Amino acid sequence: MPAVYLQNVIFSYERNAPLLQIDELLIDEGERVFLYGPSGSGKTTLLGLVAGVLHANKGEVRVLGKDLTRLSSSARDRHRGAEMGYIFQSFNLIPYLSVRENIALSCHVHAKRMKRITASTLDGEILRIASRLDLDGFLNKPVTKLSTGQQQRVAIARAVIGAPRLVIADEPTSSLDRDRQESFLRLLIEVCNEARSTLIFVSHDSSLMSRFERHISVSEINQVVSC
Amino acid sequence: MLVLLRLAFSSLKSRKVTTSLTVFSIALSVLLLVGVDRIRQGAQEGFSGTLSQTDLVVGARGGSLPLLLYAVFHIGTPSNDLSYASYEHFRDHPAVQWTIPFSMGDSHHGYRVIATDDNFYEHYRFHRDRAIQFADGARPEGIFDATIGSEVAQRLGYHVGSKIVLSHGLETVSLLKHADKPFTVVGVLGRTATPVDSAIYITLYGEEALHIDWADGTPPALGEELPAAKIRKEDLHIKEISAFLVRTRSRVDTLLLQREINTYKDEPLTAIIPALTLQELWNLLGYADVALSLVSGAVLVVGLLAMLIALYTALNERRREVAVLRAIGFHARQIFALFVLESTLISAVGVAFGLAAAYGLLWIVRAPVEAHFGIPLMMVGFSSRVSLYACVVLLAGALLGCVPAIRAYRNGLIDGLNAQ
Repeated sequence: MPAVYLQNVIFSYERNAPLLQIDELLIDEGERVFLYGPSGSGKTTLLGLVAGVLHANKGEVRVLGKDLTRLSSSARDRHRGAEMGYIFQSFNLIPYLSVRENIALSCHVHAKRMKRITASTLDGEILRIASRLDLDGFLNKPVTKLSTGQQQRVAIARAVIGAPRLVIADEPTSSLDRDRQESFLRLLIEVCNEARSTLIFVSHDSSLMSRFERHISVSEINQVVSC
Repeated sequence: MLVLLRLAFSSLKSRKVTTSLTVFSIALSVLLLVGVDRIRQGAQEGFSGTLSQTDLVVGARGGSLPLLLYAVFHIGTPSNDLSYASYEHFRDHPAVQWTIPFSMGDSHHGYRVIATDDNFYEHYRFHRDRAIQFADGARPEGIFDATIGSEVAQRLGYHVGSKIVLSHGLETVSLLKHADKPFTVVGVLGRTATPVDSAIYITLYGEEALHIDWADGTPPALGEELPAAKIRKEDLHIKEISAFLVRTRSRVDTLLLQREINTYKDEPLTAIIPALTLQELWNLLGYADVALSLVSGAVLVVGLLAMLIALYTALNERRREVAVLRAIGFHARQIFALFVLESTLISAVGVAFGLAAAYGLLWIVRAPVEAHFGIPLMMVGFSSRVSLYACVVLLAGALLGCVPAIRAYRNGLIDGLNAQ
């Protein structure tokens, strides 16, 4: 079963000025995909469509078995929260919650994710993931006290808790220095494999490409020719 | 929903200073609004509770409000006395069930001295049906016997057997003292939470005896005083009293008797129905109430605006937070709810603190206000107006919260997951 399947998709904010037009895109479940392209190529728009924050004007956007174009906006939000983990470039965390609360949040909101945890309790699961990501010592700290590298690792923990079927990482390494990029990427790929999550990794840094089995250039699949 | 509530709570907690300042300003305005209302109702109940089962208050011809104030609440002084003969005439009137005469004009350390007779102990009623009771001792029998209110006993440390010297006039520091004729405390009254507590009661004979050797309002010259021991009740002739209370046999009698007293040929008198005159007082105080409530309302608006500003200015730095919540699967509507919850929480805590402060303060100032200004304040519970204020503040808080919430909602939709 494909994790992501886009067919004849057109997206535009304004009529007659499409930003993204994709004839077909298929990402199989379990794949690790490196998505790249220059800014303006439509990466962000594509991620918005897959995550269900944006609504395609035409075509089919099937993500994890559901056609997002047929879902209401709140159903798309629930689908995203329950089945997807999302990692941003930076500022991934709720500033007024502790590390533990940040990691736990999506399990509190989505029963589906809570059901999929492997430890017997949520606390146990948080501890398991935290020690996996070398975060055990920080669980009760406010997130504002953490370094950028630590914050990004908490972001991984938050994204993968409750084993989402799809993890989307939007330039998660660009705020890290080169040494940390390597270890971050290794950890991310490892925990995604353990959770059997499909990984879509977005970056403009082609040096990270080698770690991924499939590479997709957004500017190649996007039929809209941008300046 | 529970998650949202916890989020809202943590979010507010992380901004301690702004949150507590906003809560403080709202609590302050609630305190003012509720305080004004509680004091008004407390005073109203205090005043109304002071006198019960009395149908008419009668004094020399004059304004009805001053008569009620000096005769019942010991505020102000009688401009004229009425003759004892007129009192006797109406005391023995067939429509009258009982009367209580009052004569005033002396004081003791700022406390009023009221001359009355046994009817006071027998018939005086307050707070509907409560009668005068003795904490200690008994009614005055002799000419120089006195009973004292509980406040007097407590403040001045008097008890049964204490000797007190009364002063002529009402000033706290009186130049003319009835030092040659001291009184003995024979009874301490139980607490009534009315002006009775801060008064000293003597007999009409006692009042007469104090001034027996006076001539034309001046004390006797040295050596001309009549010693207290030589005064006997038979020598005393009560000539005047200040006012008297009347209980009639029926409602119809009240109206008829009031008319009869007001048109009494032998002496110009005024009879008032206390409840009606109190109503005049409330109408008078109503303006002050409205003015104070308007000011408190303005303070409330300022408090709520302060909250709006605090929440609105925090919006830009919270754009990232909104994007993260959206990524976790929160709908933009839930983001909206989060912001409304925050403002509602602030107002709720503000209301709670404001109410607690209002009742706490009322409880604290009650005794001093009663002692120093003679205004009886009752501790009053919730009223519909207080609940209304609380609801309005909560509702206004929630509604104002919609302003930043709408912005956050739209940010959430427009930014999606890409706010930087």
